[in-house]
Amino acid sequence: MNQLHHDDGGTRGSLTSADRIARSLGWLSIGLGVAELAAPRLLARSLGLEGKERLIRAYGAREMVSGVGALSANPAPAIWSRAGGDALDLATLARGLKADGGRRRNVGIAMAAVAGIAAIDIACASMLTAQNRRPKTGGLRDYSGRSGFPQPPEAMRGKAARVAAQPSAVMPQMQPA
Amino acid sequence: MKALVWHGKKDIRYETVPDPEIEEPRDAIIKVTACAICGSDLHLFHNMIPGMEPGDVVGHEFMGEVIEVGPENKALRKGDRIVVPFTIICGECDQCRRGNFSVCERSNRNKDVADKIFGHRTAGLFGYTHLTGGYQGGQAEYVRIPFADKTHVKIPDGLSDEQVLFLGDIFPTGWQAAIQCDIEPTDTVAIWGAGPVGQMAIRSAILLGAKQVVAIDNLPERLSMAAAGGAITINFDDESVIERLNELTDGKGPEKCIDAVGMEAHATATLDSVYDRVKQAAMLETDRPHVLREMIYVCRPAGILSIPGVYAGLIDKLPFGMLMNKGLTVRTGQTHVNRWTSELLSLIADGQIDPSFVITHRGDLADGPDMYRMFENKQDSCIKVVLRP
Ligand SMILES: NC(=O)c1ccc[n+]([C@@H]2O[C@H](COP(=O)([O-])OP(=O)(O)OC[C@H]3O[C@@H](n4cnc5c(N)ncnc54)[C@H](O)[C@@H]3O)[C@@H](O)[C@H]2O)c1
Ligand SMILES: [Zn+2]
Ligand SMILES: [Zn+2]
Repeated sequence: MNQLHHDDGGTRGSLTSADRIARSLGWLSIGLGVAELAAPRLLARSLGLEGKERLIRAYGAREMVSGVGALSANPAPAIWSRAGGDALDLATLARGLKADGGRRRNVGIAMAAVAGIAAIDIACASMLTAQNRRPKTGGLRDYSGRSGFPQPPEAMRGKAARVAAQPSAVMPQMQPA
Repeated sequence: MKALVWHGKKDIRYETVPDPEIEEPRDAIIKVTACAICGSDLHLFHNMIPGMEPGDVVGHEFMGEVIEVGPENKALRKGDRIVVPFTIICGECDQCRRGNFSVCERSNRNKDVADKIFGHRTAGLFGYTHLTGGYQGGQAEYVRIPFADKTHVKIPDGLSDEQVLFLGDIFPTGWQAAIQCDIEPTDTVAIWGAGPVGQMAIRSAILLGAKQVVAIDNLPERLSMAAAGGAITINFDDESVIERLNELTDGKGPEKCIDAVGMEAHATATLDSVYDRVKQAAMLETDRPHVLREMIYVCRPAGILSIPGVYAGLIDKLPFGMLMNKGLTVRTGQTHVNRWTSELLSLIADGQIDPSFVITHRGDLADGPDMYRMFENKQDSCIKVVLRP
């Protein structure tokens, strides 16, 4: 059969830009999480946070959890939690500002990066929340007129009831071939 | 032609795909006149069902007009109007002869993989995973129907598309869910989930003569539709499901319980649903069995659990000891659609029920991707979407 229908060439999809951003943020979280879990000492040294290795490792675990959540069917809570995590990261990094010259620069760069990502997290989380929102009460439709029956349900009760003597509908007899 | 095509999690696109062709002598091609989005499509949308491939055309609730028939198909003619059951059936194998159509032994063309994964194969399904044959689905302008001489329900003149469309899935699914309960006039039937399947199960339980039908959900608009069909409603955000069900049954529990929710049950206020969300997110279990646990707990001993809700893989912390000791019977499965369709078609033709009551949204096929999002998020009080190509 050849083209049955002339197509207008348009493609429409269900994936929104917020979904795409959430997915990238999820992978970013997982990448960061792996780094924080695997090399906390290296990170601590370059950011002037010596002695905070366990904290960094805990942050790594947090990133992994948000990452997996952000890649799930409902990413909004994980992205909000990432936004919260960004604030924690900034607070922790700020301590590194007391470090000496070179490392202080590292900390500055890291803080700028986190602040930038935080802005994306917040924007993405708000978009996700908005696109999934449904009214709690106001604006809900009332379907109490939709019974599907010709008469009130009370009058329909048992209209198709099985006669007890019938063989079980669940296990019908085998029919001849 | 145009179709709705699966590309991954949350990614369904309206795009151009090759037109279907007759491949086997029993095939037919139909021009789709109406199709719907099912709760099972949401499991695919969330990538919860293994074995999907990017490029798969989705949709398994559809009907249309026959436009081409294979040389060995003596049952259909050009111009016939048919509803297509979502389970593809050969009509000849042992299981088909028993009426166990959803486990037809011949319609799944990926039999070998299915045998390995499930132990034994199940039927081919439209617009679903490659474990069930990977057949192109019905959210499309045209569809090839394999084994079409058996895989159809002929529709007499005088009935509208919307009246009969749901004969292909949700009406028989709700009906089978109720039938599996062996309903007696003294029974209370509790139904979790007031989505389209739950709504059909409520009507079926009433028609089959249950004393009391109770519907459980947390979406007020769905509960209003459940009440319209004759159900007592429980909003699980506002009250304890277990306490209320016991109250309604003199403390004995409902004799029959139906799970019309499936593997993506929402977290209620209880701890176990949080536990499942975490485990599922971490890929340690695939399904969230919150409803199953609640049913096993509240069901009256010697009662029946009927489970049309779809599960895909592994569940965790299922109180099997409770199930065993209470002597509960479990009945489940994809629906044996054609086992019920002639009976249900007569109910519709006789005016005993009009299943179109459940339709809340209509659109063009091109609106499909947006409609998936709306149905997913239950926005605009959406319960059931019908699309016209
Ligand atoms: N067995 C079959 O052949 C067959 C056929 C069609 C559909 N299904 C399955 O039936 C299920 C329902 O389909 P649908 O189209 O009605 O889907 P749906 O998603 O519209 O409805 C599910 C309903 O369950 C409610 N719910 C969620 N968590 C709950 C909880 N903890 N307790 C009570 N209610 C809860 C939701 O609010 C929603 O209203 C799905 O799993 C679908 O895959 C099975
Ligand atoms: Zn379905
Ligand atoms: Zn068969």
